[in-house]
Amino acid sequence: MQIARAQPVLRVPARSRSRLNSEAVAGYLLVLPALLVIAVFAVFPVVFSLGVSLFKWSLASPTITYVGLRNFETLFQSETFWQVLRNSLYFSVGTVVLIVVLAFNLALLLDVKIRGIAFYRALFFVPHLVPMALIATLWLFLYEPQRGPINALLGLLGIPGPAWLQSTSWAMPAMIIVKVWKAVGYYTILFLAGLQGIPQELYEAAKMDGAGFWRRTLHITLPLISPITLFVIIVAVIGSFQDFDQIVVMTRGGPVDSTNILVYYLYEQAFRNYQVGLGSAVAVLMLLLLLVFTVIKLQLARLWVHY
Amino acid sequence: MATLVPAKPFSERLGALARVQGVGGGVPPLAALLVYIALTVMALIVAVPFLWMLSTSLKPLQEVFILTQLLPSEVRWDNYVKAWNAAPFGRYLFNSTFSALAILVCQFATIIPAAYGFARLRFPGRDVLFMVVLATMMVPVQVTFIPAFVTISTFGWKDTYAALIVPFATSGFGIFLLRQAFLQVHQDFLDAARLDGCNHLGIMRHVMLPQNMPTLITFGLFSFVAHYNDLFWPLVVTESERMRTITLGVRSFIDFEGATRWNELMAACVFSMLPLIVLFLCTQRFFIKGVASTGLKG
Repeated sequence: MQIARAQPVLRVPARSRSRLNSEAVAGYLLVLPALLVIAVFAVFPVVFSLGVSLFKWSLASPTITYVGLRNFETLFQSETFWQVLRNSLYFSVGTVVLIVVLAFNLALLLDVKIRGIAFYRALFFVPHLVPMALIATLWLFLYEPQRGPINALLGLLGIPGPAWLQSTSWAMPAMIIVKVWKAVGYYTILFLAGLQGIPQELYEAAKMDGAGFWRRTLHITLPLISPITLFVIIVAVIGSFQDFDQIVVMTRGGPVDSTNILVYYLYEQAFRNYQVGLGSAVAVLMLLLLLVFTVIKLQLARLWVHY
Repeated sequence: MATLVPAKPFSERLGALARVQGVGGGVPPLAALLVYIALTVMALIVAVPFLWMLSTSLKPLQEVFILTQLLPSEVRWDNYVKAWNAAPFGRYLFNSTFSALAILVCQFATIIPAAYGFARLRFPGRDVLFMVVLATMMVPVQVTFIPAFVTISTFGWKDTYAALIVPFATSGFGIFLLRQAFLQVHQDFLDAARLDGCNHLGIMRHVMLPQNMPTLITFGLFSFVAHYNDLFWPLVVTESERMRTITLGVRSFIDFEGATRWNELMAACVFSMLPLIVLFLCTQRFFIKGVASTGLKG
């Protein structure tokens, strides 16, 4: 993102000296309250996590011991942790790919200027506003394996439904479906805004040259929307990293850790097992993963994003 | 469509409809029809689970799993009464609404001056400080939860409103968003206000805020929704019944009832999401425009 430079309030050099001083004081006072909160609840936590990840610290006992990188070692030697990593990757890739594909296509549909389109635009946005805790509760009901509505519907079609959240192989796809169902409307609006920013003349010109709908989409829409696609991917990846509410309501990481992802694992270690040091190590690894992802994405962006 | 001549073939009528609406024939009738079909299928996928929730919340328990029973055979309003009385949901709703509103007030109180300072004043270290604000936007909030929890415990704030509110008393994204908006305000307005004797607070009140109301409202709506919906933080910092929020309330309803009284559970979901749906219906243009122009996330 581009950061525009702030303009000075006054450009009169004669008064600048005393003006600057009082201006500086005012400036510090104005930004102070916000920076104080940021310092205590954002900057300090990151530093603190980095530090605490090197200690063995249980909330249940008062002793704190320096253990170096032992917490990370413990994680890397734990079979569960590797499964959690694989689960996180599965969940993130699954949700992000589906979200990008579905949201883009839905945005193409919503970009058509026909009557009643505003109603559809608003409707797709509703699941995004409803708390995930409630959406998860609703789907807990829909997924009920014996007699739940989804399996009943599949039964009518002659398909034996899986046990969904109680099956180690189906639980994760079930979680991905819920996440995508809830989030896709939000990303659709982002894509839609991007589509509406593309100059119509380009399409007119392409039509004159005899380009059909698919060629126009491929050669005009996709390249011109690539900054939005990049933004959607970033936000969706970060969003998929944070999806705690859904897990805690629907599966609590189960069955047999098959839906345990990093953010839930962090919660389990820190707030259920009271292993603050170990939990902080998970937090640090999450931060590192996002950092790596950011670097990769910036490199990729050079290749395929057209600004 | 009733005003159109019925004798014409359907595709022609649809084309005429498009022209009536000033589409200028841009959308061929067959394409429009296909778009309607595709959109309606997608709309049903979104709407049916909600409608099913509503219908289930009014059913007697024995009809909950009968797929062909689309509507309840008799409407059981008392599901709502039972669900409401199963736990102090009034208290939960109050806690969620109150803390989300208090967070919003605190955020406005901190981000408006900060955004103005970063956008319009010059002081040493300003750009570095602003970079710090931007950097905190990138950190996933869960990474900060363990230290924030330790801080809250140290302050002795566990199980209080302060614990629910203070950690979110500002918003890096809000500062960023508002600063961008404040940068757009023309310098002449500031100079004029200055000549009229306004100090910085006066400039904020009489120039910056009136000119940026839509941005403020949009930010406010999204902030409210995000914190009303939160589950992780209230789960970690609250202990007693009287401090629980609505999302926690619904979750513990599942635990205690063993997910058996689905009709009452769905009723609890319906009244828990009602405030948000009403809010959305009243303000949807801000929501949609807000996402489109700023990428705000609830």
